Amino acid sequence: MAVKSTGFFDKVFNCINLILMLLVLVVTLYPFWYVSVASLSTIDHIVGSTVLIAPNGIHLDAYRQVFRNDMVPRAYLNTVFVTVVGTGLSMFLSILGAYVLSIRGLPGRTALTFFVVFTMLFGGGMVPTYLVVSKLGLVNSIWSLIIPGCISAYNMILMRNFFQNVPEGLYEAAVIDGIRPAGYLFRILLPLSTAAIATVTLFYAVSYWNDYFTSVLYVRDRELWPMQRILREALLTAQFDTMMYNDSKQTQPPETLKNAMIVVAVVPILCVYPFVQKYFVKGVMLGSMKG
Amino acid sequence: MARYWEVYLLFIPVAVWFITLCYVPMGGLIIAFKDFSPLRGIFDSPWVGMKNFVKLFTTPSFIVALKNTIVISALNLAIVFPVPIVFAILLNELPWLRFKKMVQTVSYLPHFISWSVVASLIYMLLAPSTGVVNHVIEAFGGSPQNFLGMSRYFRTILVASSVWESMGWSAIVYIAAISNVDEQLYEAAYVDGATRLKRIWHITLPGIRSTIAILLILQVGNILSTNFGQIFALANDTVMDVAETIDYYIYRVGLGTSNNFSIATAAGMIKSLVGLIMVVLTNKMSKKITDGEGIW
Repeated sequence: MAVKSTGFFDKVFNCINLILMLLVLVVTLYPFWYVSVASLSTIDHIVGSTVLIAPNGIHLDAYRQVFRNDMVPRAYLNTVFVTVVGTGLSMFLSILGAYVLSIRGLPGRTALTFFVVFTMLFGGGMVPTYLVVSKLGLVNSIWSLIIPGCISAYNMILMRNFFQNVPEGLYEAAVIDGIRPAGYLFRILLPLSTAAIATVTLFYAVSYWNDYFTSVLYVRDRELWPMQRILREALLTAQFDTMMYNDSKQTQPPETLKNAMIVVAVVPILCVYPFVQKYFVKGVMLGSMKG
Repeated sequence: MARYWEVYLLFIPVAVWFITLCYVPMGGLIIAFKDFSPLRGIFDSPWVGMKNFVKLFTTPSFIVALKNTIVISALNLAIVFPVPIVFAILLNELPWLRFKKMVQTVSYLPHFISWSVVASLIYMLLAPSTGVVNHVIEAFGGSPQNFLGMSRYFRTILVASSVWESMGWSAIVYIAAISNVDEQLYEAAYVDGATRLKRIWHITLPGIRSTIAILLILQVGNILSTNFGQIFALANDTVMDVAETIDYYIYRVGLGTSNNFSIATAAGMIKSLVGLIMVVLTNKMSKKITDGEGIW
């Protein structure tokens, strides 16, 4: 704001505001700091310190054990597979849909838009969807983590809004030049829309990476669980402890192990976040604009 | 323009997905009116009319689930909803540009963290013997609590984690709205000697009023949809009396401990219908408030 702050009251206000904002920073970041520190510390250090601030040395035993048991590496691979393949498929379908819905003058465009938007307003719900997924033979397969949530109508409309901003004349000109609709999409529209593509790709990738609940619904076999599911089970089921520890060389107490697992699950997000966050903000702005 | 058939061709894969995974399940809602068994299939299962719905409303656990859902939604409306507005306004009042930018960037980080991770963080921080919260309580002479195993703390944890997760992200829209407020208004008010609070009250808030109205209305429309991923990650058997929402009920009755597909589908249908009606109503309202600016 351009207005300068003067006067006693303004100074007090700034001071309180600064303290509140620092508090926001601490409350947001400390949990991540806490688990990182705890994953590197010995258990007596965790129990002994009132507020954990720094690790007592770098103890990597918890990480060694997390990766010795092949459950975590496998879960990690599952998550990577679902994120990469899922995002690819989601983007392909969403781009096709968004493109078609963005073509002005397409007969039946309103009806097609309604066909998509209606699914945001009403749905069959958990059980009928489960029955369909099960009829398709997807239950207990890695594809059940991708196919049922493959398209987000919201993301598709987001992208359509962006495509609609591309000048109309471009399409007409391309058609006169004899370019077919698919050629226009892939050769002209997409190269012009890299920002929107990046944003929506990130939206999809993050939601695949973070998803654990789909596996609760559809996947029984542990070999197919994504990382986030393992984490959730590690917290809540007592039998999980014995599962991890049946590994004969177990040495680490469950607390440090769980901390290490949390760090392993969240580190990729924390690493890419600073570089990609601006795209997300762009996505929100796009979304609040109506088409 | 010619070649429209090629355009429709491009839409086919998309249409197939929507039909299979959205519209067929909608058709599957008819099992709410049947006594469905997987062996007989949807078409051969006998019709039972409204029996499943009558049964739901005479089942105490469904009524409890309905109540829990509404309580959680009301708490979200009363606490989780206004916090980002206050945050956006305070952030806007910060005189240090780089600090402001940093706080904002950090603030929406939690939105990108899986609920299973958020729940894990909470479990770690609140753990009875190792968690930092109980350590601090003990340092002040209190006795440690098993917060996650007690029903009376569950809603507090739920609301606190929602605020933590969504405050920064939800604030983005308000921050954008505030940045659209005419700068000259602030300068004029400053010249007229309006205090900071007066400027917030008379310029900033009116400037974002329509944004607040639209989002508030949307939120009211979501009264029966709570965040199942969040609740499922945080809940455990000992807090089920307050944690079981409609989604949870549908999951438990339909897919979890028993396979009562028809009852669970009936519960899901109530939720979907209420959601649809609310969205249509609230969209009408928001059009009225903002002179024709609905969601569609």
